[in-house]
Amino acid sequence: MTTAPPSPFEYAPAPESRSIVDIAPSYGLFVDGEFVDGSGTPFTTVDPATEEVLSEVAAGTAEDVDRAVKAARRAFTRTWGPMRPADRGKYLFRIARLLQERAREFAVLESLDNGKPIRESRDVDVPLAAAHFFYHAGWADKLDWAGLGPGPRPLGVAGQVIPWNFPLLMLAWKVAPALATGNTVVLKPAETTPLTALLFAEVCRQADLPPGVVNIVTGAGDTGRAVVEHEDVDKVAFTGSTEVGKSIARAVAGTRKKLTLELGGKAANIVFDDAPIDQAVEGIVLGIFSNQGHVCCAGSRLLVQEDVHDEVVASLQRRIGTLRLGDPLDKNTDIGAINSHLQLARIRELVDIGEAEGAQRWQPACELPERGFWFPPTVFTDVSPAHRIARDEVFGPVLSVLTFRTPDEAVAKANNTTYGLSAGIWSEKGSRILAIADRLRAGVVWANTFNRFDPTSPFGGYKQSGYGREGGRVGLAAYLKEAR
Amino acid sequence: MAGMTHVLDPDALSAGAPLRPEPPAPFSDVTRSDAALRAFLHGLPGVDQVGAEARVGVLATRSIKTTAKAWAIDTAISMVDLTTLEGADTPGKVRSLAAKAKQPDPTDPSCPQVAAVCVYGDLAGVARKALEGTGIHTAAVATAFPSGRASRAVKLADVRDAVAGGADEIDMVIDRGAFLAGRYLDVYDEIVAVKETCGDAHLKVILETGELVTLDNVRRASCLAMLAGGDFIKTSTGKISPAATLPVCLVMMEAVRDFRAATGRQVGVKPAGGIRTTKDAIRHLVLVNEVAGPDWLSPERFRFGASGLLNDLLLQRQKLHSGHYSGPDHVSVD
Repeated sequence: MTTAPPSPFEYAPAPESRSIVDIAPSYGLFVDGEFVDGSGTPFTTVDPATEEVLSEVAAGTAEDVDRAVKAARRAFTRTWGPMRPADRGKYLFRIARLLQERAREFAVLESLDNGKPIRESRDVDVPLAAAHFFYHAGWADKLDWAGLGPGPRPLGVAGQVIPWNFPLLMLAWKVAPALATGNTVVLKPAETTPLTALLFAEVCRQADLPPGVVNIVTGAGDTGRAVVEHEDVDKVAFTGSTEVGKSIARAVAGTRKKLTLELGGKAANIVFDDAPIDQAVEGIVLGIFSNQGHVCCAGSRLLVQEDVHDEVVASLQRRIGTLRLGDPLDKNTDIGAINSHLQLARIRELVDIGEAEGAQRWQPACELPERGFWFPPTVFTDVSPAHRIARDEVFGPVLSVLTFRTPDEAVAKANNTTYGLSAGIWSEKGSRILAIADRLRAGVVWANTFNRFDPTSPFGGYKQSGYGREGGRVGLAAYLKEAR
Repeated sequence: MAGMTHVLDPDALSAGAPLRPEPPAPFSDVTRSDAALRAFLHGLPGVDQVGAEARVGVLATRSIKTTAKAWAIDTAISMVDLTTLEGADTPGKVRSLAAKAKQPDPTDPSCPQVAAVCVYGDLAGVARKALEGTGIHTAAVATAFPSGRASRAVKLADVRDAVAGGADEIDMVIDRGAFLAGRYLDVYDEIVAVKETCGDAHLKVILETGELVTLDNVRRASCLAMLAGGDFIKTSTGKISPAATLPVCLVMMEAVRDFRAATGRQVGVKPAGGIRTTKDAIRHLVLVNEVAGPDWLSPERFRFGASGLLNDLLLQRQKLHSGHYSGPDHVSVD
């Protein structure tokens, strides 16, 4: 890579102020409308960009989870379940508005705890989280039209376990539909990113949500297991790794619990030679480098038609060179920090394997901050479908470039994965887009765009990317049963 | 009587390609026929409107503060083509504009000069005289600006007149009618002819993107103007709305970037019309910086065609230096 001469136009630091958010030195569990101590050994959550400890967080044990589930059951039986649907909708609208009012606070806290750029938390995560509440608030009194016949009924208590990549947004994807359909929830946020969920607990209080409707139990894997395995949970919803998803499926097997799993992915982003190249390059960058590649539907396999391979890769490398990496709170940052030391180690391991297997690694000549967890945007060329970087989910800013010659080959390679969460197609030819989309085994297929989300659009996977759908009318079915 | 027969056109089967200067390699053969030029322009990668808008949307969120803002404001001032294109223009108005061009902020001698003063051809002489020795260029619009609806002879005469009057930069308009009808070679030939007539004067080619409408057309017209030898490609006359927009500027920056990569020739870009605030100008500079690169961040390669913009830049500049806003009475009206 040739290093460009330094630009005379150096952007001065433009940090978002963190004074808008008060982080308490320690947090308890949110059970039955109150913050209570946890029985486990508290753990710390750090700012991955600096490794600074942000706060100490309670760890929920099986007993704590039991208290939370009991509170949720009580609320389901006494307040939330019997409530008029239109009134449930009012609470959800109120929560949505509060999320908007406190958007900056949520955005700053999310970037601090997760490491993602403030531009993304401010422009994507928080507005989308609010949008999910608005969307589902509207459904609350219209469930007769959800496609499940007249008078569909809620399931009861939903146990929900969410990941660290989009902490608030995944909370919204889980909590909004559950509440709109009349269920109550016990939610376990990810160990490394509990803070926005705890701020959300405050919002629930501010909205006067009846106690017990939303319970938040922080902790690590054991806490999550206690939620999933609790006898009185009617519905389990999990977003996270395929490995954990499988163990949850095993734990839930043979019980009455309904289960939805949204797991990993290894999405193909297919670029045909008639694609709008500059916009395709933007889509590739957005697909794999937004949120540092910590996206289950990330476009981590670029399938590019052989005759434009060199042009696309050259454009892509030039474009990557213009990305700005650093302080997640700087409004001009494009690439933030890797969420944890553990995840960084996994990314490094897979990248080393990629090189050892013979793929060509390319990284821009960029400096990384000394403290914190960082990994530069990485592109592998000469990748074979047999390489592990073409098969395993890296969950980091690592793109594998493969080529194809014909549409059939593109489809075969795109589908040659154990996952099936998402895919992208880039072409100026509408008929080709429709024909290819029809043959891709993936839950979401984007055409001439990537990583766009909307609460009205269902999201979910094929194969080992999980089952069940979240969002849209279809997503409501995961939290409802047909009237008897 | 049995006379000799003769063919109607003795040249019908000979090579017969009209003699026209070739575009730079590797594109030298694309103007060999209307069909070839059409195939070439339509073979350029398409532009996805939604994607282009999303890209400028993200770039517009760049937060340019303190030192970066100061640099951007001064750079933007030095890139302004201070423009007056009114039927009511007089020598007096042009002279006062020239005075402002030389010293945009009379209270602050550290304020840079603008790049050029842009006027109608008949006033080029007045501007040239008023700008003598300042290094500020005299730009004149020509070729039956703004519509371009005149015969080629009239357009070329217009150019000759402006150059003779003292213009060292000519802002021509393309024949949008011919472009939209697909007669690309006509458009090409006309730009070539104007460039030839310009002599040493720099040629800016106005695409009037508000009449071309689609970003695919913008991309094709940009390429056509560069093939024909334009030194700058310019968005608009300022007489048609929409004039300069960020997505259009994005596509043009991508076009000049790719053209340099292919041919080695660096063509400048001039958004004109509709850029009224410092915020707009900074967004354009961010776009230049991140799409084409810092090589375009100079008045030789990037200009703003504007009149009102300069005063907003001056007000923001004063605010940055003094810490408070002054007001419209603290900058001259023109």
